[in-house]
Amino acid sequence: MAYINGIGTISPQNTLLGHEFLEPAVEHTGDFLKAVEPVFKTYIDPIAARRMSRLIKMGISSAKICMQDAGISMPDAIITGTGLGSVEDTEKILAELTVDGKFLNPTPFIQSTYNTISSQIAIALKCHEYNSTYVHRCFSLESCLIDAILLIGEGSAMNVLAGGIDEMTMNHLTIIRRLGIWKREAIRNLDLWSSKIPGALAGEGSAYFIISGERNERTYARLEAAETIYKPGSVEETAASVTRFLNGNGLSHEDIDLVMMGNNGFEEHDSICEEVVSSALPASARVLYKHLCGEYHTGSGFALFVAAGILKKQHIPASLIVRPSPPKKLENILIHNHYRNTDHAFILVRR
Amino acid sequence: MPSRIFVTGLGLISGPGNNVQDNLDSLLNLRSAVGPLRYIETSLKDELCVSEIPMSKEELLEYAGLSGNEACSRNSLLGMIAAREAYLHAHLNENHGLRLGLISGTTVGGMDECEKYYQDFLTNDSRNEFIDIYDCADSTEKIAEYLGLKGFMTTISTACSSAANSILFAARMMKAGKLDCAIAGGTESLTKFHLNGFNALKILDKQPCRPFDATRNGINLGEGAAYLVLETEEINKKTGNKIICELIGYGNACEAFHQTASSPDGTGAYLAMKKALDMSGEQPGNIGYINAHGTGTDNNDLSEGRAIENLFKGKVPYVSSTKPFTGHMTSAAGSAEAIISILALQNGIVWPNMNFTTPMPELNFRPVAELIRGLDLRVVMTNSFGFGGNDSSLIFKKYGIY
Repeated sequence: MAYINGIGTISPQNTLLGHEFLEPAVEHTGDFLKAVEPVFKTYIDPIAARRMSRLIKMGISSAKICMQDAGISMPDAIITGTGLGSVEDTEKILAELTVDGKFLNPTPFIQSTYNTISSQIAIALKCHEYNSTYVHRCFSLESCLIDAILLIGEGSAMNVLAGGIDEMTMNHLTIIRRLGIWKREAIRNLDLWSSKIPGALAGEGSAYFIISGERNERTYARLEAAETIYKPGSVEETAASVTRFLNGNGLSHEDIDLVMMGNNGFEEHDSICEEVVSSALPASARVLYKHLCGEYHTGSGFALFVAAGILKKQHIPASLIVRPSPPKKLENILIHNHYRNTDHAFILVRR
Repeated sequence: MPSRIFVTGLGLISGPGNNVQDNLDSLLNLRSAVGPLRYIETSLKDELCVSEIPMSKEELLEYAGLSGNEACSRNSLLGMIAAREAYLHAHLNENHGLRLGLISGTTVGGMDECEKYYQDFLTNDSRNEFIDIYDCADSTEKIAEYLGLKGFMTTISTACSSAANSILFAARMMKAGKLDCAIAGGTESLTKFHLNGFNALKILDKQPCRPFDATRNGINLGEGAAYLVLETEEINKKTGNKIICELIGYGNACEAFHQTASSPDGTGAYLAMKKALDMSGEQPGNIGYINAHGTGTDNNDLSEGRAIENLFKGKVPYVSSTKPFTGHMTSAAGSAEAIISILALQNGIVWPNMNFTTPMPELNFRPVAELIRGLDLRVVMTNSFGFGGNDSSLIFKKYGIY
């Protein structure tokens, strides 16, 4: 059994320690939802922080917040999921290479390497244990969770620090906006579901979790399982995978009280998400949340933070949109995420 | 719970050869692929010494049967070619209904195209089909599509130990009963991005590299892809595949020392090897050969050498780095060198550490300088260490000996 015993989230919402659970919602009016940064020097030695790029500072800070929340000082493993790693550093190198790049600045090159986040966390904690990084679009965080559950099952770890992290930059948004699935202009995030401007709203964030083999007084929820499905051929196939996944974990669709929806504002894919849930989970209440964090490869980390919080507090924050109505009980939550309807991922959390 | 993991398929493309057999021939004939850069445009072109696969992108597309499919990175193409060899070797095309996973390591991904078109990406729509192919997952999904795989897949990036971590994660998924078999390894093509990047770190040797040599002066980068097919013992009874060898140990540890440097005493390397050895149940004396990470940098070889001495005390097995043959294949090095180690095991041969002349004063052992034949090798170890201190070690054993 795996439990979520600590969470550290840096997101476009006030999710740092000491804030109310997603209330009130933070409003954004820019081109994408930018994370609310903590005071990094609270968590990182200022001398070390000077050369670190923003993503790495976010990763280390949320990892430390998570450990503090769990009340532990040393994890038995560190695993990070990131779709793109440090976009800012990658862009710096690409810009230099465009000119020539014979004398590249080595720091962005080092930091653009995806495993920098996990390894910088290990350096900050002096943790010599198992350390890995998954970099597969919307499977990135889910792969970390699968690995964490394996480590606990093997008996090789009691507390695994696992998280998902991605950042957005204006240059990157300019590039991906060419693909026709992102909003081409800024909107107010809280208007996402009524906006007439087509496309997904981009976001970013970091969410680390202490996945533990034992329940304790800090436990948020039980992390039952995660599943990834590549290129299902139809809505029916995706729905059948959901049913198989639930059954494989001893549950049926009636047991799922809430589904954290994969909707991101891109109509064509949102309707697929709705159809999958209508087919596989007709009785479950649906939660829309991406108006709070935006769309990014590891956005399911924000969803897991939300789901775990709901299960622990037995309360759904008013900033979330629940359809058709809040459920009578809050016992089992399924998180659905997808990357352009090609990669579909699911996380099952229980009270 | 299944506990034994067998290797039943191999696929490798690298500078020295387009498949496993060609690589074996090159190794036996001491043919290195290290030389001047030909296919990547960079102003460093005349200064670098690399191991390149002697095919242009168009030639690789043709070789993979994908001519005209421009929106495919060199990285993905190499991955597809090597994964296909392993897939066919293990007759996976004839075995249906298996829970087959694909776990692939890569780091620089499809940067070869992205670095050419980045200005277009920023300013116009002319190269939009290349936007999606630069991230790490693209090569894994391209391989899946090429081979018609629909099962579990993921991509690992732990720099130069990516492929080793893919292999050990695949084995763990199988032992946990989540997969019956897996194609696991890694791919990395040369790009201006990492040629110039490594050059900026001042760790590239302009001469052929000399791992574990007192005169060593850095890395020769290489490119390629390599995949192993792993099967559980139970599934092997169904597939009837010939067992090449058994994966009996693996270890993953972190240096937690510095982003790009190894600790002088090789803490991470020691821990990774120790974990693998403990899991294997073998005595240190049973390890017949270590295919070292041996990059040829001052730092790695000293750190790894000391870790080997600490673990094996006075009885260091045969050690060599085969990077002077293949160059440092970075994200693919772990699986490429796993295959090179398995070839040693199969043939009773220890590969020479080419270009070695002068022992390192800090170490009490020397790498193997000449090819040695006719050995009764039973167990081999291979090391992969990455930036960020991501260190992993794998141990393979001949099948059928106890």
